[in-house]
Amino acid sequence: MSAGTGSDNLPWWATAVLLPVINVVLALIVSALVILAIGENPLGAMWTMVQGALGTSEGLGYTLYYATSLIFTALAVAVAFHGGLFNIGGEGQAYLGGLGVGLVCLAVGNMPWYLVLPLSVLGGAAFGALWGAIPGYLQAYRGSHIVITTIMFNFIASSLMVYLMVNVLIRPGQMSPESAPFDKATFLPLVQDMAAAIGIQMNPSPLNFSLFLALAACVLVWAFIWHTRWGFALRTVGANENAARYAGIDPKKVIILAMALSGALAGLLGVNEIHGVQHRLLLNFPAGMGFTGIAVALMGRNHPAGIVPAAILFGMLYQGGTELIFDYPSISRELVVVIQGVVILFAGALEHMFRPALIRLFTPKPAGVSR
Amino acid sequence: MHAVTVTPAPHSAPKPTHQWAVELVGIDKRFGPVHANKDVTLRFAPASIHGLVGENGAGKSTLMSILYGFYQADSGQILVRGREVEIKGSQDAIGMGIGMVHQHFMLVETFTVLENLLLGHEGGPLLAPAVARARQKVAALERTFGLEVPLDALVSDLPVGVQQRVEILKALYRGADVLILDEPTAVLSPPEVEQLFRILERLRTEGRTVVLITHKLKEIMAITDHVSVLRRGAVVAEFATAETNRQELADAMVGRKANLEVVKAPAQPGAVLLSAEGVNVVDARGVTTLKNAGLSVRAGEIVGVAGVAGNGQSELLEVLSGMLPFASGRLTVKGETLKAGSAYDPADARRRGIAHVPEDRLKLAVVKEFSAAQSAILGYQEEKALGTGWRLDWKRVTAKTAELMERFDVRPRDPALRTALFSGGNQQKLVMAREMEQEPDILLVGQPTRGVDIGAIAFIHKQLVGLRDRGKAILLVSAELDEIMALSDRILVMCDGEIVGELSAAEATEGRIGSMMAGVASGEEQ
Amino acid sequence: MIDSYFWLLSLLDSTLRLATPLLLAALAGFYSERAGVVDIGLEGKMLMAAFAAAATAAATGSAGLGLLAAIGASLALALLHGFACITHRGNQVVSGVALNIVAMGLTAVLGNAWFEMGGRTPNLPASARFGELTLPLAETLHGIPVLGSLYYELISGHNILVYLALVLVPVTAWIAYRTRFGLRLRAVGENPAAVDTAGISVPALRYQAVLIAGLLCGIAGAYLSTAQGAGFQTNMTAGKGYLALAALILGKWKPVPTLLACLLFAAADALQTRLQGVVMPGLGEVPVQLIEALPYLLTVLLLAGFVGKAIPPKASGRPYVKER
Repeated sequence: MSAGTGSDNLPWWATAVLLPVINVVLALIVSALVILAIGENPLGAMWTMVQGALGTSEGLGYTLYYATSLIFTALAVAVAFHGGLFNIGGEGQAYLGGLGVGLVCLAVGNMPWYLVLPLSVLGGAAFGALWGAIPGYLQAYRGSHIVITTIMFNFIASSLMVYLMVNVLIRPGQMSPESAPFDKATFLPLVQDMAAAIGIQMNPSPLNFSLFLALAACVLVWAFIWHTRWGFALRTVGANENAARYAGIDPKKVIILAMALSGALAGLLGVNEIHGVQHRLLLNFPAGMGFTGIAVALMGRNHPAGIVPAAILFGMLYQGGTELIFDYPSISRELVVVIQGVVILFAGALEHMFRPALIRLFTPKPAGVSR
Repeated sequence: MHAVTVTPAPHSAPKPTHQWAVELVGIDKRFGPVHANKDVTLRFAPASIHGLVGENGAGKSTLMSILYGFYQADSGQILVRGREVEIKGSQDAIGMGIGMVHQHFMLVETFTVLENLLLGHEGGPLLAPAVARARQKVAALERTFGLEVPLDALVSDLPVGVQQRVEILKALYRGADVLILDEPTAVLSPPEVEQLFRILERLRTEGRTVVLITHKLKEIMAITDHVSVLRRGAVVAEFATAETNRQELADAMVGRKANLEVVKAPAQPGAVLLSAEGVNVVDARGVTTLKNAGLSVRAGEIVGVAGVAGNGQSELLEVLSGMLPFASGRLTVKGETLKAGSAYDPADARRRGIAHVPEDRLKLAVVKEFSAAQSAILGYQEEKALGTGWRLDWKRVTAKTAELMERFDVRPRDPALRTALFSGGNQQKLVMAREMEQEPDILLVGQPTRGVDIGAIAFIHKQLVGLRDRGKAILLVSAELDEIMALSDRILVMCDGEIVGELSAAEATEGRIGSMMAGVASGEEQ
Repeated sequence: MIDSYFWLLSLLDSTLRLATPLLLAALAGFYSERAGVVDIGLEGKMLMAAFAAAATAAATGSAGLGLLAAIGASLALALLHGFACITHRGNQVVSGVALNIVAMGLTAVLGNAWFEMGGRTPNLPASARFGELTLPLAETLHGIPVLGSLYYELISGHNILVYLALVLVPVTAWIAYRTRFGLRLRAVGENPAAVDTAGISVPALRYQAVLIAGLLCGIAGAYLSTAQGAGFQTNMTAGKGYLALAALILGKWKPVPTLLACLLFAAADALQTRLQGVVMPGLGEVPVQLIEALPYLLTVLLLAGFVGKAIPPKASGRPYVKER
């Protein structure tokens, strides 16, 4: 029986807010060092990023548009984590999800967007779920390590999509592998248009209706994990698989369900990207968001309430990173990838590093202890 | 507290040059708010067997871990053969001749016995020369102490009793003068316990010191020369074994009159509620771990299953509760028959009115990361009363948990507290509350009082008897023979995966059960 | 007949070259995992090493210095992994994934900043790479039918790192099963408490294992960019680190079976280039993308088919905490 070194000794806000903040600060310090190593000014670079992300309504729009995708992929990672699974396949699942969305949108012709949306959501979720459920099945029934299989599935998804785009879905007579464009009626409304309808001026950005879907998904995931019996089963399997079996829960089914749900959430990225912005199928639209989702989930401590701010933060980094190129051409976009990695390192692997120090800060000393 | 008199056991070994082999003086240790050892002073004489008793959390394991270098005391001294020493790690302890046989063996299962002996004492970077030297040294030790072990066998293939001998040999191989044994008999059958005692006596004859940590007072009385009692971190009593008895020791352990008796009226068994016929279980390696098991449990009776851990009792419980599929045979639950290969799982078992208190509490019965409330619904999360449809209403769950805690006196009364922070006894009470709350027709219970304090033990026993008197059927598996004999109306004995004998409470004696457990047929022993 | 023979020789020759980085990485994984530290970060270490080797070789003109730089970079990541997992008892899988991502980003950022070629390093001249070694008598024996060609084509003519990798297999087996260090290494992966109570430091042992893994990944990365290739390309490891891990699992954490698994994967890769454009009877032309995905599909199939029975070291993946 442990002497209570867990989060019970810390007020909840220390665990939920202070630790993630410390993680981010450390990640930024590391990036600052990298920027210095390249010979640029870290503070200037970071200020440019902040301005690029939040300084204009356009920048803000882009930031939130990135955040939308990140919410989906981070929820995917979080759901799997609660089942004790590390799903690294978000990238591939998002890719397949987009395929599903695209196929639906191509098939419906000129149906209005509010009728197409439920179908495209279904399509994205179904394809993503499939891509997640197969590694889930292999882990549950064959013991294949899910980390390796999901990574393999990322690569396979890439090859599959190239094949499909180049050979099957390509718009006839075109050079670049893109599908025919969707009918204008299916386009999801852009937030800037919705804002304009109520009199708010916003500069153009890809931010669209899927933002609200993402937020709705947050609420649904929260309710599912913490307030349903299935969610309880999921968390039990994740915490102690043997106890789950004892409790009459079938861990195999739960693992597959968790991975399917996870894949489905990642697949919804396709709704944002394909249905909301690109309006056609193309290559490489996940653009690394599947991996960034891991960082967002860990930073958000696998809870929707933490994921939303973490997603916005990383959205800021993405948008700020794009702006960075103009003023600091020697710093490439991949700096954001470095930041991601460091965040995952501190939030995921080194999370115990600061706990003892914080516990010492917060725990009153018992009477009579000499130190 | 009686005065301590040193009377070395009669033997012909050379006179010891120091009065004490090891002294612990004023040892104090805290873990955060927990004061594990309070100014403990103990002295162990050479050529003696010294018992150390106390409840869970009394501080015996911590104390010995300090002696073995696992922890450092906050204050106090350790003296070995009269000289003060610093023990900063296991290396130091071993160097000073202190060896320890842990409750959970420190053996590498995929290695041979020889490789385990070599580990840490190879004597050089290459193994081949080390192996030759080792064989010689081991042969000498085996002769001196009468310890036989198969050097080239894989540890995983050895029975538990032999594994323990390997552990003892390991300590002696490293030159231990003082040997600490932590609950060594927990995994042994009575004949194996006898063998162990012979080895300990041999060690004493050769002038070594044995410290025996155990909660089994009978063993203390049987083999030790002196006994020290720890309670809540402090030494509260020391006796020469010859001058005390079990009741006195138990009282010292608990701090008040300890109730060692279980009071129960004779059983009134009714219909058979659970039975098994010809049940076989084959594990992943193809080994038949449960052979042709057949039993029946009636309403209003407690059937105890005696046997050393690892002889099929766990498999029996798991099959009956639905956790393990069985290869052949039949189960009959309240009149309905289940054949091998049917879809019988724990959820199904519960639906049929079976409740299960597992042997391994932390592994199966609770989730230690969960709050008490969440652990309290484990297995019953689908109950309609806990929420409508898919929803799990935590208000109702918490209220339910508070109720359970009240009924079974679980402390602290905090449903939101993490399960890991409850003591073993309170965790067990919570689990029992959860399972018995269902008023199950059949209760399967394994090791109900393992790691539980004496006070809670009496409470749990009372609850079990109460359930029986309400006309329910109980199957009790326990490695504590005393418990089996005190509670059971009928006793089944298991050995090597089979049920080898059945005795009624009246005809059960420890001798008869013991020989059955060891594989001697019941008719021969008298 | 002769043509098939030479086709086969050529295939096996390619197999050996392609297997080398996998083998080195898999051996790295062997030391780490046998000691109980899961290493998903083989990919990242190789990538960092490849970049360091190419950058250094481009700057100094010396492949040897490149190799040293590669080992240094890989050791740095290995130390970080050890720090997170051993000292701070963090989640080993998460740490590995994090370091892979850091490596992906860092190599791209530094590559772009230092060389301004979109992330790659400049092409290395032959003098700055590891060249082919012609084994003694290869020329003279070349004339002998069958065996001479075998010796000349397949066995001779590889660069030194290939031979090194192959030699490391028996060396690793010897270390693991015939030395004190190997005994302790295997013990700490099965039962760290047993090692601790025997008076041996568990962290020290695990750090040693992790650093050896770093060393070997360094060599693997240097091979990729300065022996097999002529410079660094973005993400040039392309999943080889994960394939190496799969090979280790398939080889059930033993050196020789792991070698065989690596050869299998490499053969599939070697076949890949030879199958492009080939028309299969009844199926038409094999799609390029299917061939590209072949190693990954193969990994999944093999993991699904056989690995259910493989038992990893018992303490693998679990940080060692002294029980109270």
